[in-house]
Amino acid sequence: MKLLRLKSAVLAIAFSAVSSLAGHAESHAIRNCTWCHGTSAQGYLPAPRLAGQKRQYLENQLVGFSQHTRDNPFSKQYMWFATASLSPKTAHDLAIYFSELSPKPAEDGNQQLAAMGRKIYQDGIPDSNIVACIACHGPNAEGVREIPRLGGLEFSYLQRRLEQWGEGYNKTAMHPMPHVASQLSAKQIAALASYLSFIK
Amino acid sequence: MKVVRLRSLLQIAVLAVAFSTAARASDEKAAAGVSQRDLQAKVDYCETCHGLSARGFIGFHPIPRLAGQPVEYIENELKGFVEHKRENKESPSSTNIMFNVGHVLSPAMIHALATHFHDLNPKPFGGAPKEIVAAGKKIFDDGVPSADVPACGTCHGADAKGNGAFPRLAGQLYPYIVTQLTNWAKERAEENSNIMAPIAHGLTKSQIEAVAAYVSYLE
Ligand code: HEC
Ligand code: HEC
Ligand code: HEC
Ligand code: HEC
Repeated sequence: MKLLRLKSAVLAIAFSAVSSLAGHAESHAIRNCTWCHGTSAQGYLPAPRLAGQKRQYLENQLVGFSQHTRDNPFSKQYMWFATASLSPKTAHDLAIYFSELSPKPAEDGNQQLAAMGRKIYQDGIPDSNIVACIACHGPNAEGVREIPRLGGLEFSYLQRRLEQWGEGYNKTAMHPMPHVASQLSAKQIAALASYLSFIK
Repeated sequence: MKVVRLRSLLQIAVLAVAFSTAARASDEKAAAGVSQRDLQAKVDYCETCHGLSARGFIGFHPIPRLAGQPVEYIENELKGFVEHKRENKESPSSTNIMFNVGHVLSPAMIHALATHFHDLNPKPFGGAPKEIVAAGKKIFDDGVPSADVPACGTCHGADAKGNGAFPRLAGQLYPYIVTQLTNWAKERAEENSNIMAPIAHGLTKSQIEAVAAYVSYLE
């Protein structure tokens, strides 16, 4: 089933050649993506929400998939194919298009852990050398330039991302995330992912 | 008038430096109490935000270069954050960041970290507009006499490497310097901060950008 879905996605990508995407919500290039990433790219697990993500960050990730440096299992399984024949121009246009869609928060974390997550996000834990995420991801987890928006992303996606850096995947990710994530315990990751999933 | 003002500025400057060498000797002993392992863990932590080899990083706000900064200046700033004399008023979150970082550090750890970062020498981060560098060099070397702004090199060193309480400007991040000079009076109220206040105030926006661009490329 999964395989079938994937194959038709690859075919669709091969046949699409769209130059300008803005305003073409129905274009093939976009549907190739939203088919997995959900209606208006709001996320459809395991594919994360792309709507409202920073353009530069999206473009960097697409390069990472096509060059196989983002190498965690789901990226390998889904995104390596999806980006195999994507031209830099289409990648750029898609990144602009998705960054301009307004994001809806997933709100699927554990309410009980959100306060703990908020504290780590804002203050870090200086005694344990855990940094305050706010310094880079911003006061409302909105991101900037190549630093992604985290607010409102799916709990399980955020959790998996942070765990996988600690496990050694995606090593060549931009400084400093591999180091940040390797300092966090499972409980701290769950708390951060919970807090972030509720941010609007 | 101009001469008098500059001279008194320089006197404060010289006094501050003389004071610094005396304070240094007692700190040296304090550094003894830090294990190599604890120090390395802290260094990794600082570099998470301040960039690899502490060359600076541009997060949501610019996070300054620490590499090559005089030991005493680093110690002064950490004290300023902890005592709330240095605050980032435009962005309160940014103040709390360094308060939180600093208030758990022992004097021995602060000294060990300051010494460690002082000894690093990575290449500048870069990225400033190149076309204003020449105008910036002129301001750095000669000041802006018509606005009573003295040459920066008088205090920060001809090579901009700083000394004692005078910070290194060489290789500092362009957007960080621009923010500091633009917001000086609002954000910095430490012991030595008033030396810089009239200087920062005397520079126009485009002069600030030019001198920031020039020093940001110095190695
Ligand atoms: C076959 C399903 C599938 C298709 C088709 C697909 N994606 Fe993905 N995409 C995923 C999955 C699953 C992930 C999560 C990877 C992970 O867990 O690290 C992902 C991750 C991403 C990410 C990383 C997001 C982040 O926050 O880091 C981007 C960017 C992305 N996809 C863009 C696209 C674009 C653009 C297209 C269309 C050209 C596309 N995807 C098509 C399944 C898909
Ligand atoms: C010094 C800056 C900095 C700090 C501090 C920082 N991050 Fe990041 N973060 C980044 C950058 C840069 C990226 C993009 C990485 C890439 O492009 O590979 C990122 C990416 C991420 C992602 C991936 C998002 C996605 O869509 O896949 C997550 C999750 C994340 N950071 C969580 C955190 C958490 C939680 C903290 C605090 C414990 C934190 N970050 C602290 C700079 C930072
Ligand atoms: C969570 C991110 C973060 C961490 C971790 C961090 N810093 Fe900072 N640091 C900042 C930011 C942001 C500023 C700029 C504050 C401002 O603009 O007022 C700063 C400023 C400074 C300054 C002032 C530099 C100057 O040129 O005036 C010093 C000194 C400093 N930090 C030292 C350290 C040391 C030592 C550590 C490790 C113990 C550390 N920092 C860890 C974010 C961080
Ligand atoms: C009379 C001596 C003096 C002169 C001349 C001087 N400075 Fe300074 N400057 C200082 C001192 C002292 C500090 C540290 C203030 C503190 O600790 O709060 C400083 C701090 C700074 C800082 C903040 C550095 C940091 O890392 O946060 C910048 C930027 C700066 N000066 C730029 C300049 C420029 C540009 C000029 C020339 C137009 C100049 N200064 C001329 C004494 C001087």
